[in-house]
Amino acid sequence: MDNMTKIKEFMVDNFLFGENNGFNQHTSFMEEGIIDSMGIMELIVFLEESYNIKIKDEELIPQNLDSINKIVKFIEVKTNNKQDQCAE
Amino acid sequence: MCGIAGIYNIREPFDISMDTLKSMTNALNHRGPDDCGIYLDDWVGLGHTRLSVIDLSSGVQPIHNMDKTKWIVYNGEVYNYQELHSDLRKLGHKFYTTTDSEVVLHMFEEKGINCLKELNGQFAFAIWDNKKKELFLARDRVGIRPLHFSIIKDRLLFASEIKSLFMNKNTKREIDPIAFDQVFTFWSTLADRTPFKNIKELLPAHYMIVSNGKVTIKKYWDVPFYPEIECTKKSLHENIDELRSLLIDAIKIRLRADVQVGTYLSGGLDSSAISAMVAKNLNRQISTFGIRFEENDFDEGNYQKLVASSLNTKHHEIMASNEKIGQFFPDVIRHCEKPLLRTAPVPLFLLSQKVREKQLKVVLTGEGADEVFGGYNIFRETKIRNFWAKQPDSKKRAALLGRLYPYIFNNSRQKALLQSFFSKGLDDVENPLYSHLIRWNNTAKLKKFFSDEIKSAIGEYDCYENLKQNLPSDFRSWSSLSKAQYLETTIFLSHYLLSSQGDRVAMAHSVEIRLPFLDPRILDFMGKIPSHWKIRGLNEKYILKKCFQNNLPKQIVNRPKHPYRAPIKQSLLHQKHSHFVKEAVSESSLKKSGLFDHKKVNKFINKLESVQTPSEIDSMGLVGILSSQLLYQQFIENLPAIDNSNSKEWFIVDRRSETLENRN
Repeated sequence: MDNMTKIKEFMVDNFLFGENNGFNQHTSFMEEGIIDSMGIMELIVFLEESYNIKIKDEELIPQNLDSINKIVKFIEVKTNNKQDQCAE
Repeated sequence: MCGIAGIYNIREPFDISMDTLKSMTNALNHRGPDDCGIYLDDWVGLGHTRLSVIDLSSGVQPIHNMDKTKWIVYNGEVYNYQELHSDLRKLGHKFYTTTDSEVVLHMFEEKGINCLKELNGQFAFAIWDNKKKELFLARDRVGIRPLHFSIIKDRLLFASEIKSLFMNKNTKREIDPIAFDQVFTFWSTLADRTPFKNIKELLPAHYMIVSNGKVTIKKYWDVPFYPEIECTKKSLHENIDELRSLLIDAIKIRLRADVQVGTYLSGGLDSSAISAMVAKNLNRQISTFGIRFEENDFDEGNYQKLVASSLNTKHHEIMASNEKIGQFFPDVIRHCEKPLLRTAPVPLFLLSQKVREKQLKVVLTGEGADEVFGGYNIFRETKIRNFWAKQPDSKKRAALLGRLYPYIFNNSRQKALLQSFFSKGLDDVENPLYSHLIRWNNTAKLKKFFSDEIKSAIGEYDCYENLKQNLPSDFRSWSSLSKAQYLETTIFLSHYLLSSQGDRVAMAHSVEIRLPFLDPRILDFMGKIPSHWKIRGLNEKYILKKCFQNNLPKQIVNRPKHPYRAPIKQSLLHQKHSHFVKEAVSESSLKKSGLFDHKKVNKFINKLESVQTPSEIDSMGLVGILSSQLLYQQFIENLPAIDNSNSKEWFIVDRRSETLENRN
């Protein structure tokens, strides 16, 4: 399963409870009211556990986490960095 | 306190069944376990259950005027009745009891509908004028006492609680989808709606006259707020003195009763202030009652003990354990008669049980102070967002939110995202609902659980537009704080707090609550106080704190506001209650009620079971779905369970044959 599908499935299951009409990779979680402050924490735990990464405080900003697209890009950067660190 | 019920033939005389009236009245036994009475003629039937608080021996109702042409059934207290009584005597009125009920009847006889403006109290009553064949119903200014009605085939039915209306076999029991749309936005219904189709609420500060086949409903008062320019010019010091005298008198007249009066004590400023005034200013020995919780986040026990010992009260407490909250949740729904989004009413239900065990019938509470004096975070949040909206890029302005919600903002991991959350709609400051939109939009997310059937019945209905249309004409000229206070008072206080956390859970155990902060003189006085003396900087209830800074321990006056909350997931998904919870949200129960999408609810419950700490909105979703399902089971699928073990003797005035003879 690719990252996009995996994250979308998590969001649909946990915040939309199966209803994904109109929900796509560009939908803003904040603007559409899909997620609140505790919901963000649930999302972070999911990302950290699923991708074995640690998200820093300063990375917890809407630019990284407010849509599926943004998360996918963010995860790519994080996992690449991690691989780079391992290679070094 | 009492329960009232009645049937009125709007157009012509018709046989009214004594048995039906008795069952409607019996449904309100919990509200008045001491006496019960009925008045019946060919036009009207009035029923009454009485909790005797004033004139214990001769106050049985219905009560009549001097020539027995007017009859009243009355639920409530009018605290200035002694003064009114003496004025009426001077005008030649004669009384056969010493009750406030009889005073209200004579006030109406003397002044008609204008009498309402002079009544300082909490009431819902019906007066039947047998000469004019006219029925008059009225309710207190803020809705402390309930009154519902339904008009079916030229018959008006009315009662303190909906369950009484359902005892009449002609009343249909159906869910109103629009009401659900409102509850899952505002936490309560708007205007006169109830969760049930064709069952209305007579709104606070309204009266109804039914005469010559015509029903007229009118407002006689509104929550007083004034444009800043009309606010008081007196000094802070003068205002504090005036407020203190008003508060002392508001409490003093609320101690008028022929039984002992106690107070609820949460450990916060409001209830501590009331207790302090009773003990210190009025020199009364009092019993105080406090709620304890298993979990530290909810518990205020230490503060309660501090106040109780400083005032030397006889303090009683109950432990609202997670298990008990879950256990009594269905009972609370039966009493509240509406969906809930919080479990906080349950501990108050347990507390009134304790009051009753201690042989008390009346307690003073601090309810209403947050609305009147500006205590809620939503008011301060509005102030900050208004300030922030002037410079949306300001990090310092946004950071003020951390002062309101330190428990979440102190978590640096969430800070930026939370600020983004609160910045939503920041520029919409001209919207009259600005203060509450974050809360309401957030709650409205729960509508995603509605079934297709409910969604389609709601259709294009826009609850915000509905609300905007009913705002006072000069609303836009008020300060942003006054606007927020008005919305909070007329929606949340009147329809939710005073009911589900007030009258209903107290009357469940025949306990009468009295609310000094909602004395109309205080409401009017505070309506004229400028916003900056209500919230000084971000210091909430500033003027009230100043009033009590020398009467209470500093730790109480200076402690940050602690919202009264009760555990949700730990209580409702407690292993001991899984049987009724699982049953209520099972696929078959959900399909039966047709309220929610069973597939979504199933996924939702699975999620809740797997997470340690559910989010705020998910917790509200759990309470909302479960309470709606229980409401359906207890009121639609089945008739509400009624305690029919009424062994009291009925006081009956049956004029049916008399009237018929006259007519013939």
